[in-house]
Amino acid sequence: MPKIIRNGQLSDDDTRILILDESQAPEELALAAGPVFVPFAVWQAHSGQLSGRAGLGVWLDSHEDVAELVPDLERISAIALNFPKFTDGRAYSAAALLRTRYGFKGEIRAIGDVLRDQFFFMQRCGFDTLQPKIGKYSDAQLEEALASLKDFSTPYQAAVDQPEPLFRRAARAA
Amino acid sequence: MYRYDPYDQKIVDERVAQFRDQTRRYLAGELTEEEFRPLRLQNGLYIQRHAPMLRVAVPYGLLSSSQVRKMAHIARTYDKGYAHITTRQNVQFNWPELKLVPEILAELATVEMHAIQTSGACIRNITSDPFAGVAGDELIDPRPWGEILRQWSTFHPEFAFLPRKFKIAINGAEQDRAVIQCHDIGLELKRDAAGEIGFRVLVGGGMGRTPVIGAEISAFVPWQHIITYCEAILRVYNRHGRRDNLYKARIKILVKALGIDEFRRQVDDEWVFGKNGPNTLTEAEVARVAGHFTTPAYETLPAEDAGYVSQRAANPAFAAWARRNVLAHKVPGYAVVVVSLKDPSRAPGDVTDAQLDLVADWADAHSFGEIRATHEQNLVLADVKQSELFALWEKARGAGLATPTFGLLTDMICCPGGDFCSLANAKSIPIANAIQARFDDLDYLYDIGDIELNISGCMNSCGHHHVGHIGVLGVDKNGEEWYQVSLGGSQGNLTSIGKVIGRSFAAAEMPDVVAKIINVYLAQRQDGERFIETVRRTGLDPFKLGVYGEAAAKERKQNA
Repeated sequence: MPKIIRNGQLSDDDTRILILDESQAPEELALAAGPVFVPFAVWQAHSGQLSGRAGLGVWLDSHEDVAELVPDLERISAIALNFPKFTDGRAYSAAALLRTRYGFKGEIRAIGDVLRDQFFFMQRCGFDTLQPKIGKYSDAQLEEALASLKDFSTPYQAAVDQPEPLFRRAARAA
Repeated sequence: MYRYDPYDQKIVDERVAQFRDQTRRYLAGELTEEEFRPLRLQNGLYIQRHAPMLRVAVPYGLLSSSQVRKMAHIARTYDKGYAHITTRQNVQFNWPELKLVPEILAELATVEMHAIQTSGACIRNITSDPFAGVAGDELIDPRPWGEILRQWSTFHPEFAFLPRKFKIAINGAEQDRAVIQCHDIGLELKRDAAGEIGFRVLVGGGMGRTPVIGAEISAFVPWQHIITYCEAILRVYNRHGRRDNLYKARIKILVKALGIDEFRRQVDDEWVFGKNGPNTLTEAEVARVAGHFTTPAYETLPAEDAGYVSQRAANPAFAAWARRNVLAHKVPGYAVVVVSLKDPSRAPGDVTDAQLDLVADWADAHSFGEIRATHEQNLVLADVKQSELFALWEKARGAGLATPTFGLLTDMICCPGGDFCSLANAKSIPIANAIQARFDDLDYLYDIGDIELNISGCMNSCGHHHVGHIGVLGVDKNGEEWYQVSLGGSQGNLTSIGKVIGRSFAAAEMPDVVAKIINVYLAQRQDGERFIETVRRTGLDPFKLGVYGEAAAKERKQNA
């Protein structure tokens, strides 16, 4: 089973990410059983019916605005934010907004081009679940990659994982 | 200057360990070229024409003598015996071996230096006034604010993968010496009517392919809120800046597209949530950082040292250097010395390992152990007693570091260009050296007076050609190197973008073209006008006529 990192620990996870191809309209959808993240468009088309379904999450692409999910947040247990390329940094702001402004307490999962050298930043911005790029890491490599979560022990600035900046956390000698 | 505490040191040490492991994984094939590229760039490491290039951060341009000695050591040990001062006050090494870069970073960390965020689509090294703390027109010392923003921006998790690079500059004096109008964020320190410190904030300035002068987004942000305000700007940019086209990805394009009023509205909407939050600065933190930038132990001295007066009278060469390269200091009896890196035998901004060691020694002997790097690619010893200037000059002259041309035609800003940089369309160093060779008569240079000639080897504008009084831009025409000339650009309070005068020139023509431009100026000059003042008064027509001749000018007019 594929592995994810949840709260800093490796665990098995077979949640599917539903990706519509061009021939599939979000309106016409039959979901197979099992845990799945559906695209935002599918959620919009079926939110009444999908609300409360166990193991269901919604994923947003990097150009989609998390603010549009706000009215539904109480009915959503997990949100995945896609990194189409690891250099597309919009999802960092999206995750931070979900956690801080919109108070989302459920799972926020990084999906897509998720690489170990960005784990540290993702965790700081409020991603509790990291789904590494498919096929990128062996189990052993992923075990090793956990070290990247701890690249820096005491960051300067406030972020989701550490809401106070260093100058408020520590008494720094002049 | 700022000294690391254990927190600062740990972050830099952890960066060395992180990059060592990333380099290992790259060399082992675990990281692809594409995956490694942004990681190495955020550590200042480029892959250039001949070898990697490592850009080391010099926060707000300030260096200690031990840091400069370490630079000399790195130039000697890992490079070909020289370093290069960049137009953003950083230091570049042109020939390190990729696999040795972690070693270099480890060496730098021992003197509180790093290469963090000197490239890449992130918040870059923050630049400032090279005369901070010593200039007579200074209102508020920008250095503590530079350090506070350095710490805030270092590994900021939300802004590590912006649409494009992001540059911040701070100035705290009447005269802008940090080019704040051409930065993604330009900060001008000021006081409000109640005497409280804050910042006038400009946004969306920049050079590059589309030069833009920054627009004022706020007339006054109180100091407590500067981090949350910058975060609001960055968040709007990170979410809405264009990512589909590299050339339209800078914040200036977003600001232009939205208009400054709409952009300001979006930033204000965002700021509501961060303002007064935990990132609000405290008096204690500002005092802690400011405590590192104390006034040195100046002696009480006469405003004018008698020996300095008589030495100038007795020695014309010393007097010439003093006239150009020695600037007024706010403390009586002291002076600011520009150590010129514009000797015509070297590339502008290049400095050898031996010279770096010497400059470090002079800083210890004459200037409280500190050195500044300028965006105009010189070094500065900021606190020299007038009575020691002659001794310093003799040493500097012996080392090829006393070229008495600060602010003159041959004190050019010049990017490394096609000799080194893989982005360049054309070489820039040979053009600079050819112009320096043509204008080697000091009296003539002094007669021409204050003028800024800036050369970039490509549209990325590292050589600041857009704001040069004379700007030279290398362009590629069918695989050949050509040079486009613009006039009327300016940095400082009256920042302006130069206008192209006409068709471009071959490299060999460039010294003549500059000579023709200068001749027009000398013929048109009124009442001791500086070059830029004449250009502003006359417009470009007389210069076009002087450069292209009557027939060409007529033809151009008809076609226009």
